[in-house]
Amino acid sequence: MSAIVAQDVSKYYGDYPALRDVSFTVEPGACLAMLGRNGAGKTTLLKILAGLSAPAKGTVAIFGKPPRDGEARRTIGVLGHGIAVYDELSAFENLRLFGELYGLADPRKAAAEWLERTGLERAGDGLVREFSRGMRQRLAVARAFLHSPRVLLLDEPFTALDDRAIAVLQTLLRQALADGRTIVMSTHQLREALELATEVGLINRGRLAFRGERTQAMLDDPGWIYRHYGEA
Amino acid sequence: MPGFLRDSLTIAAKDLRSELRTKEALNASVSFSLVILLLFSFAFDPSADQTREFSGGLLWLVFAFAGALILNRSFARELPNDCLDALIASPISGAALFAGKAAANFLLLLAVEAVSLPVFGVFYNIRWWDQFWQLAGVLALGTWAMTVIGTMFSALTVNLRLRELMLPTLVYPVMIPALMSAIQLTTHLVGGQPLGGDVLVWLRLLVAFDIIFTALALSLVETVLVG
Repeated sequence: MSAIVAQDVSKYYGDYPALRDVSFTVEPGACLAMLGRNGAGKTTLLKILAGLSAPAKGTVAIFGKPPRDGEARRTIGVLGHGIAVYDELSAFENLRLFGELYGLADPRKAAAEWLERTGLERAGDGLVREFSRGMRQRLAVARAFLHSPRVLLLDEPFTALDDRAIAVLQTLLRQALADGRTIVMSTHQLREALELATEVGLINRGRLAFRGERTQAMLDDPGWIYRHYGEA
Repeated sequence: MPGFLRDSLTIAAKDLRSELRTKEALNASVSFSLVILLLFSFAFDPSADQTREFSGGLLWLVFAFAGALILNRSFARELPNDCLDALIASPISGAALFAGKAAANFLLLLAVEAVSLPVFGVFYNIRWWDQFWQLAGVLALGTWAMTVIGTMFSALTVNLRLRELMLPTLVYPVMIPALMSAIQLTTHLVGGQPLGGDVLVWLRLLVAFDIIFTALALSLVETVLVG
């Protein structure tokens, strides 16, 4: 069974077509880097895959189930533009909260484990509003990975991260791929994304302009895909 | 514990913990209600009989205006850092999310009322506790009506720039039947008379309002949040 199936997905903001008849599948264990210029529709597509927005037309399935299905949502980890943690709670409280919401058997243990894996174990009791930007970003990464999701949806995951957070995220993403998890990421950071990706997609004005395996030519020249398939 | 109840309690505990740490809405709401009660007592200087006649109206207007400050924050507190997206993406149902937020709002509103009511008694020289348990029941029913409507419209207006203005504009007209009932019942009880006779019509209306709008909110909130 495919990890993700998107079929003729369209989305409109008023009269503006953010996505137009986008169809693709992602197999388990693949890493799809979804490229495109600002406003191309990458974030809209990820929101629809995550069940945060409903498509105007078309369907999406995560391991055969619609994204709003409770079981499907248990399999998805989302890292969006915002860090999605509460400033007025401690790091530990934030992770325990999401552990409880995802129905983990031992949310406290999972929270402690992920604080350690992201290098925040000494800051666990500190309120997030007192954290540095880098610490907040690592906590956001911990929150997204906390419930061991089978599908990771990452929207510009490397943007504005500090060096340590990039290193943590890259390690976790490599580990996730080694464990057979599926990743879809939208990004402008071509080099970091292409190093991880097994497949590449390009969205151009809401349409899927290119979809294929990542090749050595893309790695050697990250701008290649834009020159061949991007808008003039 | 059933998943719905567990998820709702988790959300309610999170909201209460956040609010008790910042006290943003609670302090504003309590201060506002006390100032209104104080200003009214100076402005009109009513006799005891007059006060008993308008006590229900005064109290519920204070609760409604002060409550809007708490209800406005309900979903708006999820906007910093895009926390609302994380909640919607999590496996909890929209109904559980709504129920948890409504439960937290309900307790916060009751806290404001618990502070305001004794102050009202002192400023207006009213023995409001003669029918204490019946009054507590009416306050709970009226507050739940306010909570359900306010929390629902808080979800509906969360992405609007003028949500602080839009929420009261939308909430108060819808709440008129519940407010009318709560005002009539409260006036009756503060006057020292137990519920009975014709007044029970207002009680039935308030209970029906609570049941209908709770069911509507629980069934519609998923559509409101995701579209």
